[in-house]
Amino acid sequence: MKNEITIEKIFAARHRRQTSRRVKLGFLLVILLILSSCALLYGQTIYSVSEVWQVLGGKFVAGASFTILELRLPRLLAALLAGMSFGIAGLVFQTLLRNPLANPDILGISSGSSCAVVICILVFHTSQTVRIIAAVGAGIGTVLLLFGLSNQRSLATTRLVIIGLGLQAFYNAVISYFTVNGDQRDLPEALRCLNGSLDGISLNQLPLLDGALLLLVPVIFYFGQRIQLLNLGEEVARSLGVNVGQTKIILLATTVILTALATAVTGPIAFVSFLAGPLTNKIMGQTGNNALAAGIFGACLVIAADLVGQYAFVYRFPVGVITGLIGAPYLILQLIHLSKRGAG
Amino acid sequence: MKISSYLKTRWQLQSGVVFLLVILLLLACLASVFWGVKDISGHKILTLLLFHHNEQSLLSSIVDKRIVRMAFGLLCGAALGVAGVLMQSVTRNPLADPSILGINTGASFFVVCGIAFFKISTAGQYVIVAFIGALVAAGLVFGIVALGKRLDALTLLLAGTGVSMMFSSLVTIVILVKQEAMDQFRFWQVGSLGSASVMGIKVFVPLFLLSLILAVACAPGLDALMLGSEVAQSLGVNAVLISLTACLAGIALCATATALAGPIAFIGLLATHFTRLIFGSEVKKVLPLSALVGALFLTSADVIGRLVSDTAEISVGIITALVGAPVLIFLARRMKVRAL
Repeated sequence: MKNEITIEKIFAARHRRQTSRRVKLGFLLVILLILSSCALLYGQTIYSVSEVWQVLGGKFVAGASFTILELRLPRLLAALLAGMSFGIAGLVFQTLLRNPLANPDILGISSGSSCAVVICILVFHTSQTVRIIAAVGAGIGTVLLLFGLSNQRSLATTRLVIIGLGLQAFYNAVISYFTVNGDQRDLPEALRCLNGSLDGISLNQLPLLDGALLLLVPVIFYFGQRIQLLNLGEEVARSLGVNVGQTKIILLATTVILTALATAVTGPIAFVSFLAGPLTNKIMGQTGNNALAAGIFGACLVIAADLVGQYAFVYRFPVGVITGLIGAPYLILQLIHLSKRGAG
Repeated sequence: MKISSYLKTRWQLQSGVVFLLVILLLLACLASVFWGVKDISGHKILTLLLFHHNEQSLLSSIVDKRIVRMAFGLLCGAALGVAGVLMQSVTRNPLADPSILGINTGASFFVVCGIAFFKISTAGQYVIVAFIGALVAAGLVFGIVALGKRLDALTLLLAGTGVSMMFSSLVTIVILVKQEAMDQFRFWQVGSLGSASVMGIKVFVPLFLLSLILAVACAPGLDALMLGSEVAQSLGVNAVLISLTACLAGIALCATATALAGPIAFIGLLATHFTRLIFGSEVKKVLPLSALVGALFLTSADVIGRLVSDTAEISVGIITALVGAPVLIFLARRMKVRAL
């Protein structure tokens, strides 16, 4: 018998799959490393690898030290952290809502956070810390509102998405009220937060996001083990001993906090969460815990888009515009694909 | 006997509501002339209009401006109300508002390109450019939906959102490249009746009437289409022709209003649903009444926006979105939409 399934064959297949996942993850990491070095080396002036290495090692190199430590490194770190946050959030949302189109952008969660940030900047002139707290509060509030209004125990998506679009429209109206009537001097800062941009980020804006990532990623990773069980369907997951409700709440809460923190620092970088989820699953395969891979993919995406936005054209474009231009056509493609398949 | 008495009560109720709406519209019109940052009494306005209509005073110029603005608001509201009915009937989707379908953003992108690269400034130029943009956006959205197999609520909405997000990225790029276009565009973009001008109204009226005639001509066909395209065909309705004409009329109305006032969201949605709630879903009936309700809503929103704050008025676009978004959410909660 040729096709007999033996336990050895299953183990062998499993082993092969794990090896290929490790290889792919390593590949993503290498890409991330290459992109990061590009971000440090390349710019108005191009530094050599040894110069960058010396600066990072703590030595003072005339000219290079300031550019790298004050400008390029914070920018790179912000891109890295925000990209990871958005990427992980995208994957988690997509899995929990069982719909590749569900993500914090479309559901209005990012809009909620940026609305709070804009009000903080234009009305209350608050410090960075208050902005971050407000963004997180608004993000969580939006999620609660979303699920409260959709009025369903299961997170069925059609209604959820429409309600998300409604919330988004509402937040946008509030945002445009404040940007039209706000103080002209505060406007550039507010617009920066609306478009998703890495300009003018300094190192002292980052520790909170950094700490949150360090704290929350292990949580997401741990519960992410169960995501693959959730992928099989809620009943199956429950029968395999997963506490579905608890898993969902913890995963949602952590990802919303991550998204809101990242939004407070860089503004909503459009479509990163939307792109990272499905594409990571495509690269890594549906099985397995893809949370880390999605984070790395998101970071790659943001760094690459920022490089393109800064240097590919005569004008410098904020990173959100570039990801928006990539993401919107992809959303449309996904839609066509989904409605062709019929079932969705 | 029972049916006839039921019909009679319904007819009485409906004509009562129409009467009430007309009264409310008149009141809103009066309020929009009397009230503003500076309140003017009715007596003063009457004497001004009747006896001193050639006088050049500050007061008369204020009144002139407000009357133009009121007329402009009525036109925009009516146009958006009719556009809403047409879009909803053609797509057979209760949530299809021009703003949700991305038509406003398409028009925005073309207008910002016009401002930045071709230095457009007259009302006519705005209208033409916005109309092209609206057509492109609508073509994209319907094309996306047509490529799939089903026309369901969510696909249409998400196609609209996708197209709209793409255009808004492009808008940001144009603004960043052409900084000087930013100021002209920023105020246009929120949707306000403050930009009303006699010139704009002169451009608007013929387009409005033309589209309205087209829409009324399509109404019986649209009613038949509501029963399904097979039934419509058997009733001798050319489904494609009717849908295309209605769509074109809807886009023209929405594009004109958008070009002259800026993107004003949700009036189509609000007016159509309010009208349907009371008068049923017959397009023939809903069409004129939705125009009435749209005009009433927009004029009231404008008055409210002017009264809320002394220093800076809130643009109608913002008020209609603040009211419309919760209504959209409410409708989504009531709707039995198929899961995607």
